[in-house]
This record gives sequence, C-alpha cells and structure tokens, in this order.
Amino acid sequence: MTGKSVLTAYATRLGDNALILGQRMIELVAGSPELEEELANANFALDYIGQARMFYTYAGECEGEGRSEDDFAFLRPEHEYQNLLLVEQPNGHFGDAIVRQVLFESWYLALLEVLTRCSDEGISDIAARAVKEVRYHLRHSSQWLVRLGDGTDESHARVQQSLNDLWKFTGEMFMPDDLDDAMRSAHNGPHLEVLETQWRADVAAIVAEATLELPGDQWMVSGGKQGRHTEHFGFLLAEMQYMQRTFPGATW
Amino acid sequence: MVETVYKPEQILEWLSDVADPEIPVLSIRDLGIVRDVECNGGVTVSLTPTYSGCPATEAIEASVIAALEERGVATINIRRVLAPAWTTDWISEEGRRKLRVYGIAPPERRNRPITCPRCDSSNTEVVSEFGSTACKASYRCADCLEPFEYFKCL
Repeated sequence: MTGKSVLTAYATRLGDNALILGQRMIELVAGSPELEEELANANFALDYIGQARMFYTYAGECEGEGRSEDDFAFLRPEHEYQNLLLVEQPNGHFGDAIVRQVLFESWYLALLEVLTRCSDEGISDIAARAVKEVRYHLRHSSQWLVRLGDGTDESHARVQQSLNDLWKFTGEMFMPDDLDDAMRSAHNGPHLEVLETQWRADVAAIVAEATLELPGDQWMVSGGKQGRHTEHFGFLLAEMQYMQRTFPGATW
Repeated sequence: MVETVYKPEQILEWLSDVADPEIPVLSIRDLGIVRDVECNGGVTVSLTPTYSGCPATEAIEASVIAALEERGVATINIRRVLAPAWTTDWISEEGRRKLRVYGIAPPERRNRPITCPRCDSSNTEVVSEFGSTACKASYRCADCLEPFEYFKCL
C-alpha cells in the first residue's frame, strides 16, 4: 500500500465504524425508555454521523477521485464496509445496546487518543474533534451499565447476559491486519496490542463497578475488517441506502 | 471589473450580525467559531464546527454567505477548520453575558459552581446531563426552584 491509499482506506474504515453505529442508534430514536435518554441517544448518534462525514470526506480527498462523503455512505456494497462486527449488531433490548456502546466506546476512545498523536494531520485533526465527544459518550454508557448491573436482580441478570452475548465480537478490535500495520508504520498509528491492555483494564473497572462478571476467554468472531459481515448487516444497509439506490442522485 | 478589497475588521463586524441558529441570542463571533478572515481579492472565512454532528454547521455557513452577499461581497469562500477543536473557552465574555440573560448558564471551569441564571444562587442540581441539544445539560435551582439549561464545558 502506498501513502495515500493507506490513508484513504484507514479513514474509510474509521468512517464505517462511526456511520454504522450511528445508524444503529438512529433506529432507537423515539424508542428510548425516558425522555432524557432519548435526547442523549439522538445527540450521540448525530456525533457519530458527523464523525463519519468528516472521515469519509477526508478519505475522498486522499483518494483524489472525486468521491464524496455520500458516495462512501450510500453507494458501497456490504463487502466494502470494514466496520467492526460489534457496531452492526442489532440494538436488542436496552441493556444490549448499552453493553455494545460500552465495549465499543472504550476501544474507540483509546484508539482516538492515539490517533490524535499520529503523524497524519488530516486524521489527527478529526480524532482531536471526535475524542472529546466519545469521552462523554462513554461516561454516559458506563453510568447506565452500572445502573443496570447494580440495579435489580432482573436488570443485573439481563445485562450480564448482554455482556456474555456480545463479548465474542470484541476480539477483532485487537487483531491487526495489513492496514493496521501500514497505518502504524507509516503514520504512527495505534499499536493494537497496547490498546488491548488498556481496554481490558478500562472495561474490567466499569464491569466491576457494575457488579458484573467479565466473560472468560472464548472463541472470537472476526471478519468485519475484511468485509465479511454478520447476517444483520445487509438489512441495515438496505434500509440506509434505500433512497439513493432507488432514486440515484436524489438531493434535498 | 476590479473587486473591492475589504478589511478583515469590516468583515468581522458584519459577521457579528450572524446569529447561531440554535441559540439565536449569540452571534457566531460570541460563540468563537469564526477562526479567521482573509481578504485578498475574495473573502475567505474560516469556521470551526462546535460538534462533529452539529446540524447547524451548514446553516451557519449559508448565513455567513448570505450576510456577506447582502453587503455586496462578490467572492466568498468558507473554509472548515477542524484543528484546534472548538472549545467552550472560546465563547466570549459578551457571549457568556448574553447566555445568562437568555436563561442559559454559561460553561464553568471544573469545580466552579454552576449558578442559576435567574436568581444567581449556586445551590443548583443537575437534572440530566443531556438536554435539548448536544451542548446543553438540564439543571434546577434549589432556591428559586426554576429549571434552567447549562451550556456544558467542552
């Protein structure tokens, strides 16, 4: 991979994580258990969509072939998306969604902190903007995890189950592929093994405060970064891309 | 035709009339999102978004263009600047005063009390960290009992 193609691919991947998680959260709009949570979720979803827009716009600039943020979001098929499998998982019940947020945001925050110091200004500028947002997203999702875990027997049991169910999607966050390696060597990108140590400690602390048990080592599902997605992903994309696929070039 | 060369001070003064669409008592200059104005032939205004997903970003850019076009500026470029990232520290003193009059408590540095914009009491409590927009939290004054919004520190 050459310099610009690494940046194009890496920015696209960052955009994919942000967009797909944002889209999942948008599915929750008007469905939150209380008004405050409704507003928080909608605002966070907007942050993610905004981050995706910046990453895609930058990817398009690096590529230099005139692709816009919308082209990245609406005109790519499933296998070209490289988001983590975790972010595409269905919302499930409220506890499922909260666990997904905690697991992803702990990783994303640590990743962005490293990226603010990477040697590519385009990526580091966006990361510096996004890191401030993800920091309070994580504060919010962690508070909920504690409230549910340390809540009633029912909420404790259900959110423990969510944690057990989603744990298998956390492995690929720390499996470097060629792109991770290239980003690391060419632009001082994240070292995923170092990130894993930090992530484990952060997640263990939140989980302990929530009086929950960390799931043990187990088989991990991977494939998101290679464009092999879970069966849920096609449905998400079909809904998200419907308008541009049906009325190509439509604007408003 | 020779283009008029404007002075940045003049442009900045005109931009003082452009309101933030979500908190219209604040101008975009009070908010601190106008980072730079360059006048060489055309006018280039550098703006920084407050939040990544701020839905007002496009609206603000459109209002800047409209405000300058109204004054006869022919060539206007908008530059989006991401770094350094916007912080609430950039809200001007005048902006903080206007927020308070409007009923929104301005952002306070860590450990400083958040005072009620109506009665100035610092006996206040948080109702929700997340208010009607990403940048605000909901508070209540324990003395005058009025609810109010607090502009969060970022």
